[in-house]
Amino acid sequence: MEATLLKKENKIFQNLYNELGWEIDNAIKRDDWKDTKKLISKGRDWIINEVKTSELRGRGGAGFSTGLKWSFAPKEVGSRPHYLVVNADESEPGTCKDRDILRFEPQKLIEGCLLAGFAVNAHVCYIYIRGEYFNEGKRLQKAIDQAYDKNYLGKNACGSGWDFDIHIHYGAGAYICGEETALLESIEGNKGQPRLKPPFPALVGLYGCPTIVNNVETIAVVPTILRRGGKWFASIGKPKNTGTKIFCISGNVNSPCNVEEEMGIPLKELIEKHAGGVIGGWDNLQAVIPGGSSMPLLSKNICDTITMDFDSLIENKSGLGTAGIVVINKDQDIVSCMARIARFYKHESCGQCTPCREGAGWMWRILDRVEKRKATFSDIELLSDVTKQIEGHTICAFGEGSAWPVQGLLRHFRKEIESRCREEPLIKKKTNNPYLVDQHLLENKNA
Amino acid sequence: MSLKKVHDVQPKEFKFSKENLKRADDILKRYPEKNKKSAVMPFLYLAQRQNDNWIPLAAMKYIANKLSMPYISVYEVATFYTMYNLAPVGKHFVQVCTTTPCLIRGADKIVKICKEKISPNENEVSKSGNCSWMEVECLGACVSAPMMQINDDYYEDLDETNTREILDSLLNDKPLNPGSYRGRKNTSPEKKQTVNGGDLA
Repeated sequence: MEATLLKKENKIFQNLYNELGWEIDNAIKRDDWKDTKKLISKGRDWIINEVKTSELRGRGGAGFSTGLKWSFAPKEVGSRPHYLVVNADESEPGTCKDRDILRFEPQKLIEGCLLAGFAVNAHVCYIYIRGEYFNEGKRLQKAIDQAYDKNYLGKNACGSGWDFDIHIHYGAGAYICGEETALLESIEGNKGQPRLKPPFPALVGLYGCPTIVNNVETIAVVPTILRRGGKWFASIGKPKNTGTKIFCISGNVNSPCNVEEEMGIPLKELIEKHAGGVIGGWDNLQAVIPGGSSMPLLSKNICDTITMDFDSLIENKSGLGTAGIVVINKDQDIVSCMARIARFYKHESCGQCTPCREGAGWMWRILDRVEKRKATFSDIELLSDVTKQIEGHTICAFGEGSAWPVQGLLRHFRKEIESRCREEPLIKKKTNNPYLVDQHLLENKNA
Repeated sequence: MSLKKVHDVQPKEFKFSKENLKRADDILKRYPEKNKKSAVMPFLYLAQRQNDNWIPLAAMKYIANKLSMPYISVYEVATFYTMYNLAPVGKHFVQVCTTTPCLIRGADKIVKICKEKISPNENEVSKSGNCSWMEVECLGACVSAPMMQINDDYYEDLDETNTREILDSLLNDKPLNPGSYRGRKNTSPEKKQTVNGGDLA
């Protein structure tokens, strides 16, 4: 099994734990900013093609092809300027990878911004950092200042002939601003409520101008891809699921950690080799959330064999998401774990779409009843129905993000839920329930 | 969406300090001239830092004026985002993450200690007058769970003993240093790997 562990020379983020120093001079020793001018001189088509060859998929959760996204930006700059926006609003429960890039590998991100900005014709880049990462933002600002001092940014950045500026914009504690259009609203000085798509940001984004929005990790791997070649990146991992990825392993493991590994590594190997194994041993495993709280959990029998990449997880009705792995062992009450996630979504819903605003709280209240053994059997059907009414009926993917984890719980732990339910409700309600969503359930008793 | 209570006692006036006026000018340079509304979030932060970590209504009016936007639009932003405090908080403002990854590693115990040491209810200033605490959603340090944020700093890898020590240090106005309380290097795996039932021998 040793052979599948990522080779040291293929690691992109060598300073993930700050053992080598974050400052620009240390970063240059690690080959950051090497030949940047030459890379830019090869032209935008070469850059975009190389990223396409690498088959890099966005690291922020959706897994969309990065090269393809860049090619959506208009080829020529019209009357409106282009913008590059980096999403550092890392708030998905279970995920803390971007924080380490901001703190310890800021030059990779900054160089990536210049290369990506050049590729999509942008002279200005905004990095949107969640407000809680105040110290990480300060660190990044220092790193940006160091890059300006070396003329890597600003007028004629890095001697490339391209002018490029980077600004930091802090969020203020709203999870929804991780959604790209909500993020743009937030930069524009509004409350962060997502926009209807289309038009997509690549054509109408920040200030109505063409805008490319990418995750921190996506941008930070670009310089290495361009230096070592798209083919090199594509040779790591699996077809269509290429490259390396930072996994965050939290929860009931002996040594929780962030680690960069090959895409497609078996989950069991990841947990046992890097995170010291499940507390109480592998047989004590109850479930794993594989990609941040929005992704449906996996039961132990799936965890035994699953590999960590986009497509394998989709086959198992889950997703890689942000690769924030939350390990839950048998000492935990799975219903209360998921009820807490439902409460998170209730708290973070932006309130724009009714299904999400009302449904998120509804799911939490039902799960709370199940947790306290006060729910009835009909509540299970109701819960399942609420998730279906949210899914696909909202402007942004937050609806799916809140409904999927509950669906995952129902799929894998239905028996556990049923064992806590009772026939008769504590309080009998009138059967002629006026709410729209309940209408088709009226035949059930006490719906 | 967050429910927020605006403080009953409001100062009549608010103005940016000299330093903050300069900072405000620098902030405005980051955004296109016709989009100066973008500066509303950074301006609210400036106001909050200047005014003991909370934003009075007068500051919102002042900012609205400066950015030529309706006062209600500033109010809308200030009430939407949870990090803008609309009422006074303690000088040491403790935010405990209680979302699932922290919860399963014992965040509820940290909350219990906060209730014991600081105040029985959230957002209530302690008897000593210098601390308050609240539960928050995921702070994005999940592999260092359980954790809490005190003002700008993250205190990570906590347990009951060191949480008590940290809170005592705040109450005595001599805060301990932030970082990992298991002494590990950032988010690296700890060396002592105890493997039960795994195939790593």
